[in-house]
Amino acid sequence: MSEGSKEDSKGVPRLTLDQAVKAFGAVQALADGSIALFGGEAHALVGENGAGKSTLVKILAGVYQPDSGTLAIDGQPVILNGPNAAREAGISIIYQEPTLFPDLTVAENIFMGRQPLRAGRRIDRPAMNRSAGEIFTRLGVALDPQRQARGLSVADQQIVEIAKALSSNSNVLVMDEPTAALTTVEVERLFEVIRALRREGAAVLFISHRLEEVFAICQRVTIMRDGRFVRSALARDITVDEIIRSMVGRDLDVLFPKTPAVVGEVVLQVDHLSREGVLRDISFSVRRGEIVALAGLVGAGRSEVARAIFGIDRRSAGVVTVRGKVLPNGSPLASMAAGVALVPEDRRQQGLVMDLGIDRNVALASLGRLSRFGLISRTRERDLAATWASRLQLKFGRLKNAVSTLSGGNQQKVVLGKWLARDPSLLIIDEPTRGIDVGTKAEVHRILDGLVADGLGVLMISSELPEVLGMADRILVMREGRITAELSREEADEDSVMRAATGQLKGAAA
Amino acid sequence: MTALAVGRGQKLARGSALLRAREVGIGVVLLAVFGVTTLHNHDFATANSVQQLLSGAALIAMLGVGETLVIVTRNVDLSVGSVVGLSAYVVGDLFSHHPGTPVIVGFIVGIAVGAVIGAVNGFVTAALRVPSLVVTLAMLYIVRGLDGLLVNGHIIVSSSIPNAFVAIGFRTLVGVPWLAIIAAAVVAIAAYAMRSFRSGRDLYAIGSNPEAAALAGVPAARRVFTAFVLSGSLAGLAGALFLALHAEVDVTAGAGYELLVVAAVVVGGVAIFGGSGTVVGAALGALLLNTINQALVASRVSAFWNEAIAGALLLLAIAFDRWLSLRIARGLRSAEGAHRDL
Repeated sequence: MSEGSKEDSKGVPRLTLDQAVKAFGAVQALADGSIALFGGEAHALVGENGAGKSTLVKILAGVYQPDSGTLAIDGQPVILNGPNAAREAGISIIYQEPTLFPDLTVAENIFMGRQPLRAGRRIDRPAMNRSAGEIFTRLGVALDPQRQARGLSVADQQIVEIAKALSSNSNVLVMDEPTAALTTVEVERLFEVIRALRREGAAVLFISHRLEEVFAICQRVTIMRDGRFVRSALARDITVDEIIRSMVGRDLDVLFPKTPAVVGEVVLQVDHLSREGVLRDISFSVRRGEIVALAGLVGAGRSEVARAIFGIDRRSAGVVTVRGKVLPNGSPLASMAAGVALVPEDRRQQGLVMDLGIDRNVALASLGRLSRFGLISRTRERDLAATWASRLQLKFGRLKNAVSTLSGGNQQKVVLGKWLARDPSLLIIDEPTRGIDVGTKAEVHRILDGLVADGLGVLMISSELPEVLGMADRILVMREGRITAELSREEADEDSVMRAATGQLKGAAA
Repeated sequence: MTALAVGRGQKLARGSALLRAREVGIGVVLLAVFGVTTLHNHDFATANSVQQLLSGAALIAMLGVGETLVIVTRNVDLSVGSVVGLSAYVVGDLFSHHPGTPVIVGFIVGIAVGAVIGAVNGFVTAALRVPSLVVTLAMLYIVRGLDGLLVNGHIIVSSSIPNAFVAIGFRTLVGVPWLAIIAAAVVAIAAYAMRSFRSGRDLYAIGSNPEAAALAGVPAARRVFTAFVLSGSLAGLAGALFLALHAEVDVTAGAGYELLVVAAVVVGGVAIFGGSGTVVGAALGALLLNTINQALVASRVSAFWNEAIAGALLLLAIAFDRWLSLRIARGLRSAEGAHRDL
């Protein structure tokens, strides 16, 4: 309906990328990267993973040089031959994966290569720490600029990334999924900052898989598919359905295909679980055929519950029982033997061996079954992987290919396959669809739905409220290491979950 | 707001205390070794003995500074021992063939020899992307072989070296050996530069997270190249000072220094995988290893113990680092769990 967005434009775009092409060997990562960013506007770029968004971002960042196509800033063609050139052109990037220096301080992370100087080209540390503090005040977060970056939570790392981009006073800000790791409150703060930036005349490119965020903050939407520009429209002229249809090239009516649960006996029973300083008196159960969601803000202790159940962290008190058997404390091996599977939050670091093939990764948790006289049978390994690849509708070239070559959604399927191959009775899944595109997201949800229909019990941790509300049969809300509410599918809505998650802070959640 | 400020102050104090803990820890061990040895052998605390101690440590400390520059970038320079030997011989050869060469020229030649070798190391590592472990290991043997060819039986003897040059090896200034003063100056300059200049922070960034360094526009290849050139140059300088200290050079000069230096640096708290550590720590590590060495000699313990103890100390230092970082990580995690209420 508004194919001709250029008619709505307010003068010359701050930045224009026109028909950028980028290939890596035989792989065409970007076939037609086109976008126009206007000052004072937040512009959403949406598309499935593999649609070419990240390649486009890296071109704007000066990390990749396009094979052809033009880039113009304020109407003047420019060539960005490196990250510094992009920065000097006034473009700053917030990357999807935080890229921090763990050994350096937060302030140093923000100002690396651009540290404020005093006489003799020496670094002015007090000024640097002060500036970092000012940015954090603006973002409304309490983060110590002089603290080492090592050990920061994912959300705080993301905040440092955001601070990095804000510190350079650029007038083009590219945000590649900045909200993936943030809580609702932090997202709202980020939106405030984006609004302020827009008022100051900056152009913002906002990439997110959460379409509700796109509509909350962006004035314009550009959709990409298979490395190509599909369409661009004003946000008020387009609907969610139209966006999704353009993204996936097909109709996709249900994101959350949840069939009513047929619950069976108790699979997991947790009684008075505690962990010094982290968890306090956690009790709940998961039965066959149901999805129980752990909701709450980042840092509420949801992942810690999973880790304590599985035995990665030791419990200081409490009993965990799986199918009537008490799990020993601090033994992931015993938990696995009892039929517990854990799909971790950070699949790149904790779920996969990125340089190994799909087949090897799928087989990783089942090596005992695949070996004969202590030697692993390659044939059985490949058969197992092939079985799960087809059951999970994995999109891949060859089973031997390294998982690092797969998109995020397909990587998640490999992690799932790895654990499902063990035929578990309880699946603990932490952020099942973080950083996964809409199409694959629905597929993962369908897989989960199918698994519980087959009698699996699922404990799901998710920061995405729609996912929690859409997929869970029961919702446990956590706050500061405690369970503050248990809601059935019927009683749960955004308001009730957020209230329980934030405690007294009713206003902040609204 | 006040609560926040107090929290920050505490965190800050804790952070710098941890950073300093290593230097303080080495200082305590150093004093303990020194005290215990003196009880056994009163000669250990004489001015002469302490001067010897400092002079011996000075060379390793200087090499340790160069090694720190390299290790912080997630590389390693194993060629320093051979460079010391070659530089010492070349400078000695210069003096014996051209009597009357000014002392300063001797130093310049020594540094130049090291800089050239460092430049080769740096080029192959940074531009050709060959792992520095392999590059500098190869260079260790190449330079040692070259040294052997050059020396070929001509041992440099003290009579052919100018007195003014040898004087640097044993003269003192208000009781402090010149060698130690030179080493302290090198440490001080390097410590300041690594803390206060962008290029110095770049080295830490490269070692801490190479990908992030690239995204931040840090010129990694150039910085790594420079680190190797500086490490080579310092090894060259140390070679010239080796000649001044021992006044004799044969083909074994500097042999085995590379591992001694790496041990000193790691004992001094420089992370072997890059990203953290200071040259002050490295210098203290060198002093500690040398003190233990001398203490064993003074206590008439078999020389074989010396290496075993250096090795054990290295293991201890690395194990302690791991333990400490695990503790810090755990501490941060629980602190976060308790404090985050957004």
